[in-house]
Amino acid sequence: MNENKKEFWRWKEYNWHDENKDPKSADIISAGVDVGSVSSQAVILLDGELYAYSNMRTGSDSPNSAKNAMNWALENTGLTIDDLHYTVGTGYGRVNVPFSDRAITEIACHARGGNLMYGNTVRTILDMGGQDCKAILCDEKGKVKNFLMNDKCAAGTGRGMEVFADLLAIPIEEVGEMSLDVEEEPPPVSSTCVVFAKSEASSLLREGWSKKKVLAAYCSAMAHRVVSLLERVGVEKDFAITGGIAKNAGVVKRLEKELNVTALKSKYDTQIAGAFGAALFARTLTEKQRKKASA
Amino acid sequence: MITAGIDMGAKYVKVVILQDGTVKGKAIVLMGFDPLEAASACMKEAAEKAGIDPGTIDHITATGAGRKAAPNANSDITDVGAAAKGMVHVKEGVHTVIDVGAEEGRAIKIDAEGKVIDFAVNEKCAAGAGAFAESMSRALEVSLEEFGKLSLQSDKSIPMNAQCAVFAESEVVSLVHAKTPKRDISRAVHDAIASRIVSMVRRVGINNDIALIGGVSHNPGFVDAIQRSLETDLIVPEEPDYVSALGAAIVAGERNK
Repeated sequence: MNENKKEFWRWKEYNWHDENKDPKSADIISAGVDVGSVSSQAVILLDGELYAYSNMRTGSDSPNSAKNAMNWALENTGLTIDDLHYTVGTGYGRVNVPFSDRAITEIACHARGGNLMYGNTVRTILDMGGQDCKAILCDEKGKVKNFLMNDKCAAGTGRGMEVFADLLAIPIEEVGEMSLDVEEEPPPVSSTCVVFAKSEASSLLREGWSKKKVLAAYCSAMAHRVVSLLERVGVEKDFAITGGIAKNAGVVKRLEKELNVTALKSKYDTQIAGAFGAALFARTLTEKQRKKASA
Repeated sequence: MITAGIDMGAKYVKVVILQDGTVKGKAIVLMGFDPLEAASACMKEAAEKAGIDPGTIDHITATGAGRKAAPNANSDITDVGAAAKGMVHVKEGVHTVIDVGAEEGRAIKIDAEGKVIDFAVNEKCAAGAGAFAESMSRALEVSLEEFGKLSLQSDKSIPMNAQCAVFAESEVVSLVHAKTPKRDISRAVHDAIASRIVSMVRRVGINNDIALIGGVSHNPGFVDAIQRSLETDLIVPEEPDYVSALGAAIVAGERNK
């Protein structure tokens, strides 16, 4: 709509691969692609170990988004899509991944990916995505025991944060840290609805609130919103957060405080949890296939 | 006896001045950034039309979301109570009042005297209120007035997947890119809002006659969408946005005795 307006909600897209690993020496090359409503990730594993990944914005159609994400993860690896032994698609566009061998729900994939990324003690996974939010309870094997999802309302999802980044003209990557730079914690924004919260924020700015203070009020409102989802499903320690908002310290710290838990840390990128889980499933499925073939 | 009702809505402030039960003056002013200023300006304008000095008003009753902030009010009444009171004064035989404003929607079941029997309110979510139509008209780059009329030109139902106004905006953008005619998008949006409102009405139960009040009643696309969803005709008063202010002014008269 506003072509010439700076898009503060846009986060950086990137890809990575491990230059110290040789894909040609791997027994099983498995892949996962997570086509979300806002972002898509592809993950490639060599015998179950992370080798390459990409993270980019989802385009207007799922098949192309899946292809682009996968090709970008493969960039400079010397591999092509044909070299992948097995690919699992997940996320909201999972049924539209042309090169995948199977589709598995993002709930199962996040539990499986989270189990590896945060260790097998993890029992509660909160996936804060672009247009939804899921609270998942899982066991030591990364199997889903129960879950609750909000995909109906933008409050408590990345989308709400994007709206605020745009409103305040602050890059999305900076809003979390900025919201922590306040002398005292303001009361949270009282409107649940993002549309109303936006008007409320405008009034607060007119009253003379600083952008940081408004962000603090919004981050705590968002944390509170998500806590109510978590409380309905029940929070079990150990607790981990995946997805894009896991990178927003302003929401994460307030969430930890309200729940009185400390979220587990991971050396991996929080946004690849779904694709990582899908790639782990893909590896298991390759082994099954081979057993069947040799039986 | 001169009384006044002031309705502090999310987007507009409305004032009705009554002299011995007859409407003498009324005014509507955009809320803007300063509710106090808007309320004073609105009161002044209504008093001028009534040919009275605002200081001579015996009792002012405030209603609406911002009623606690109304200047010089002697008492206040809830939106639900004011809407019910105003409605029976405007039209007899109404038993269900649907009141949809910029940021709130209400369904109210009333008896013949305008007593509230039951009600349901949505003030949490923009998808069931006027703000939704407003943001969608912006996304389509048409005026709000035109947006409502466009809907009537469509004969196609496109279901909206999104429940949320924020997500729906992206959906509308996708529909625009897919070259969907604006009239069909407009109808899809109005049907979506209507379905939220109607599910709220069903919670309190539907008793004929049904009236629609609040600012959104000015939108013919919305009125049509609700009528299709309820499969019945609605009573829309001539000045649907003044009904609650009128109700508050009537209550002011009762309280001043």
